[in-house]
Amino acid sequence: MDIVVEINNLGMKYHSMNGEITALENINLIVEKGEFLSIVGPSGCGKSTLLSLIAGLVLPSFGSILVDGKEVTGPSHKVGYMLQKDHLFEWRTIMQNVLLGPEIRGTLNEETKEYALKLLDTYGLYDFKDKYPSQLSGGMRQRVALIRTLVTKPEILLLDEAFSALDYQTRLIVSEDIYKIIKRENKTAILVTHDIAESISMADRVIVLSKRPATVKKIFEIKLTCENRTPMTSRDAPEFRQYFNGIWKELDIHV
Amino acid sequence: MSENNKLNMSLEHREYLRKVKQRKICVLVAQIVIIVAIFALWEIAARAKIIDPFITSQPSRIVDTIAKLYREGSLLRHIAITCLETVLGFLLGTMLGTFIAIILWWSEFLQKVLEPYLIVLNSLPKIALGPIFIVWIGAGPIAIVVIAMTISIVVTILEVLNGFLGVDNDKIKLVKTFGASKIQVFTKVVLPASLPVIVNALKVSVGLSWVGVIVGEFLVSKEGIGYLIVYGGQVFQLDLVMASVLILSLAAFLMYRVVAWIEKIVIVNRNS
Repeated sequence: MDIVVEINNLGMKYHSMNGEITALENINLIVEKGEFLSIVGPSGCGKSTLLSLIAGLVLPSFGSILVDGKEVTGPSHKVGYMLQKDHLFEWRTIMQNVLLGPEIRGTLNEETKEYALKLLDTYGLYDFKDKYPSQLSGGMRQRVALIRTLVTKPEILLLDEAFSALDYQTRLIVSEDIYKIIKRENKTAILVTHDIAESISMADRVIVLSKRPATVKKIFEIKLTCENRTPMTSRDAPEFRQYFNGIWKELDIHV
Repeated sequence: MSENNKLNMSLEHREYLRKVKQRKICVLVAQIVIIVAIFALWEIAARAKIIDPFITSQPSRIVDTIAKLYREGSLLRHIAITCLETVLGFLLGTMLGTFIAIILWWSEFLQKVLEPYLIVLNSLPKIALGPIFIVWIGAGPIAIVVIAMTISIVVTILEVLNGFLGVDNDKIKLVKTFGASKIQVFTKVVLPASLPVIVNALKVSVGLSWVGVIVGEFLVSKEGIGYLIVYGGQVFQLDLVMASVLILSLAAFLMYRVVAWIEKIVIVNRNS
């Protein structure tokens, strides 16, 4: 199996006037090609920090991250990042939004435009290419956000609570939608979420992080007996509940 | 709305649209009635010697004054000079202000360093600087433009900078994941996202530019609407003062409409 992401002894400290905070400590992780990984952990434990580190938005205090064998020193073309909200720019049409990445990277040409149109077409948004984001539904907007990421042909997709801003019904549909697209495009994905059910329903492995300073507490290999696995059918699998309880226990949350 | 849509509308909806339209007309009629009533009462009161037109002037005399100024050929010149000064002061103030706001956004260090100075400049009545500019630049239209500019520039800097700093950090994070440089962060996100704030700042500063120009004309000029007002006051010709104020209100209103129109064009398609 090809290794896409390799994290070695990763540590991250934040400095402020009130002192220093160790967000992450001694994290070791390997992500294989085509794998769907979920990361759960108590709120504020540094889940999103981990994604920012992989994306090269911040640099680690200790240890190293390798993406495709190369050390991360800044934002990389191999990584695509999806945030909680779609953050489509309301002053741009759908097509212009989708082409944001190539535009910034200076790779805007006929080829990328064609690829963008193809993706919009495949995922039922072609007719909306000249509309503005405010004219689209929440689910459609999130799909556009994914296409905006896919246009840059990333090796790995980072989903930072990518569905949390949606209402529950839309969320189920959109995660189903996005899961299928990711599988179809054969991408590696890392999803950070606080929703245990969502993490099991989408992932091949669920990583449970501990409280701050966060470290990998436990890894669950998700093996579900169901045909045509999608987030929806996963929720019906007999093992789903056991994983849920197992992860809940590991999270060890007290209010 | 297309004809086709109109045919498919339910009766209730048509009724609703009719009511909305009716309401709009009512508002417009009330607005016109108020202005006509004020001028009519004013005229009647003056003619009936309830008020003294020497002190209050009266609409018919205002019209006569405007007509006289027009025949003398000086009216349009006064209006043009004041408008030109205002537009120049406004444009310089907003352009320079936006430019300085960009620099302050760029350099957090400068922003921190200049913060107290901006606060002082903002709370200072800029009119107080008028005599200084007149001494430095000379009593003339340029000094007036500079006064108008000074008044609008500080507000523009603060408003626009606030707009820049208020841009959603996640939007910036998004373009950074694509590897955007600082210039790209500015041109692709920060500037377009704060356009509504900038246009709003324009609306405020167009009003302030008028204040600057009129005060400037009070102080130094030999031409312009502000000059007419001061001159009229000095020679106790209230007809001239009132006529000038009326023209000024119209000009200021029209300029505001132009800015509002620009806003409508710029902020199209922004519903979220």
